[in-house]
Amino acid sequence: MSTVIKGARILGDEVADILIEGGVITQIGTDLNGDETVDAEGLIALPGLVDLHTHLREPGREDAETVLTGTQAAARGGFTCVFAMANTEPVADTAGVVEQVWRLGREHGYADVQPIGAVTVGLAGEHLAELGAMADSAAQVRVFSDDGKCVSDAVLMRRALEYVKAFDGVIAQHAQEPRLTEGAQMNEGPLSGELGLTGWPAVAEEAIIARDVLLAEHVGSRLHVCHLSTRGSVEIVRWAKSRGIDVTAEVTPHHLLLDDELVRSYDPIYKVNPPLRSKDDVLAVREGLADGTIDIVATDHAPHPMEDKECEWQAAAFGMIGLETALSIVQQTMVDTGALTWARVAEVMSANPARIGRATTHGRPLAVGEPAHVVLYDPTAKRTIEPADTASLSRNTPYAGRELPGRVVATFLAGKPTVLEGKLQ
Amino acid sequence: MKHLLSAGDLSRDEATLILDTAEQLLSVAQRPIKKLPTLRGRTIVNLFFEDSTRTRISFEAAAKRLSADVINFSAKGSSVSKGESLKDTALTLQAMGADAVVIRHHASGAPHRLATSAWTKGAVVNAGDGTHEHPTQALLDAFTMRSHLGDLEGKNVTIVGDVLHSRVARSNALLLDTLGANVTLVAPPTLLPVGVETWPVETSYNLDASLEKADAVMMLRVQRERMNASYFPSAREYSRRYGLDVARMNRLPDHAIVMHPGPMNRGMEIGADVADSDRSVIVEQVTNGVAVRMAVLYLLLGGATEGENA
Ligand SMILES: [Zn+2]
Repeated sequence: MSTVIKGARILGDEVADILIEGGVITQIGTDLNGDETVDAEGLIALPGLVDLHTHLREPGREDAETVLTGTQAAARGGFTCVFAMANTEPVADTAGVVEQVWRLGREHGYADVQPIGAVTVGLAGEHLAELGAMADSAAQVRVFSDDGKCVSDAVLMRRALEYVKAFDGVIAQHAQEPRLTEGAQMNEGPLSGELGLTGWPAVAEEAIIARDVLLAEHVGSRLHVCHLSTRGSVEIVRWAKSRGIDVTAEVTPHHLLLDDELVRSYDPIYKVNPPLRSKDDVLAVREGLADGTIDIVATDHAPHPMEDKECEWQAAAFGMIGLETALSIVQQTMVDTGALTWARVAEVMSANPARIGRATTHGRPLAVGEPAHVVLYDPTAKRTIEPADTASLSRNTPYAGRELPGRVVATFLAGKPTVLEGKLQ
Repeated sequence: MKHLLSAGDLSRDEATLILDTAEQLLSVAQRPIKKLPTLRGRTIVNLFFEDSTRTRISFEAAAKRLSADVINFSAKGSSVSKGESLKDTALTLQAMGADAVVIRHHASGAPHRLATSAWTKGAVVNAGDGTHEHPTQALLDAFTMRSHLGDLEGKNVTIVGDVLHSRVARSNALLLDTLGANVTLVAPPTLLPVGVETWPVETSYNLDASLEKADAVMMLRVQRERMNASYFPSAREYSRRYGLDVARMNRLPDHAIVMHPGPMNRGMEIGADVADSDRSVIVEQVTNGVAVRMAVLYLLLGGATEGENA
């Protein structure tokens, strides 16, 4: 069985046909033929996207999301690989749990699921989890994170960074100084004062990142900074890289587009951690992504049932979904503004996250001999976001009613279409 | 005006109309029969997610003097603990035909959320939300000041204490600015909110510096828990630096008044003899609260009766 993708603009550039046989790209050229033909005229072909930061909620919160529904949403967003965060119930802090999540991903077949292991037992921040057992498991865990919580104890963070060197692991830190953010509800600034909501100061993020890059330098290990959100954070990472520290960083699509003025509505759909920041911070993270200080875009897809959002701000859960809108937001904020080419989008949404997470078969170039993970995208399409139109079990999108550019037309996971004509297969 | 959520939503004309209306209604309280038929047949719900007997009684008295039916719903301590309850409760009240919901809530923005949701059609009155606002308190404070000082244009009002956690300070700063008064917020730096420089006020860390020119001084309640959270070192130090004692009161101009939204910590932010002095208008503030709340309910609901039922 062979499939030929006809006339796609590869990385938004030259037009060519892509022939896929046995899950691998076997030819790129003109006038290619196969058993099946996918017309891709006017569409951009990108390597399958990789999300280093997804919350799939299974096990434990299957009312919010499951591995099946989460990977279906991923496929609809153009992703062929997602890294599943460890803050499930039970926490993914043992080989058993990470293998369960990994197997579910393989069985469903909508995207490869790479589980992230917890750094500490139960995310409690007290004892290291069995990082080596997770690394040696069938899931081959390489990314470890207590995301949702910060590894705030400096000694524990140092030990974690040191320990994972034995198996080329990386610690992905949710940078949030806990004491500076007690009861925090939104970005600290004039608006938090005006709205009477407890502020989440930028320095609570920046102080941890500054500490962690110095720890990573001290022990010679790899650090990944999750969802940084402030100008100061970008500056610290830029400084760390200039110093040769092995640090990578991610930004979410929502921090590229939305700012804290939206909180004025007190609508908890905008409640997220880290919080939506100021307009200046939004500009800074865009600049950081454009100049390579920020390595990747990661969704922080955080599904919650509506009852956890249909309440007063303070009682609402933190988080928003984002897998199905990520590429559109990146187009709107980075490509349409001229800050990134599509080739660079392929780096920040596929090659770099795969490299950071050591997902060796993903993030590969669209080239002969490579696994056929491909997304076909129509950048000229426009769509108005309807919360009900999602594969996710949750509807907490901040873009309801917004018109976003672009549409994922097809996604191929190792040559097998997971999405065709915009529909799940 | 459909709701009263923030003192900042009121224009100068609207605020003045409320104060003028309150002045007329105040005379009702002096009559032998303290009732007007204005809101007969209308239902007002006091929805209190946070204890405040004083505020609830004030709103209840206001509604009853206007002949409205009053339902008190106290969500504190009942099965209501999850966030979902605000929606469910609102839907219940909607089903009961509430024309207005007076809401007190520990979460900032809860009244705003209620007013902008589809959960209730009635008017929403913010009776204090979290550390955000308490607009009727600001109105009754302005009413009290106006009755002693006349037009507030150009008057100097000093608000002292825990501005950071004070919904009273926020609402007062906004309303007094609208009414043309000059507001000075005095507090230790730890108790002034981030971004206060964008407020229409002056700020100072030094209470003594603003006494001589003050026409009114409003002392805010300081919770002793703030001391444990290191907002200031000790009750004694706070009281020395930011408390209003007789010596400080004597440095005020002769006409100046002393205010407090209550309940007071006597000996902490305000000396007992200051609270009981003839400059203190603290008891008047309570009386005026009923008249101001009558005016708010009357203006929110009174006009709508004929319009809707015609
Ligand atoms: Zn996080």
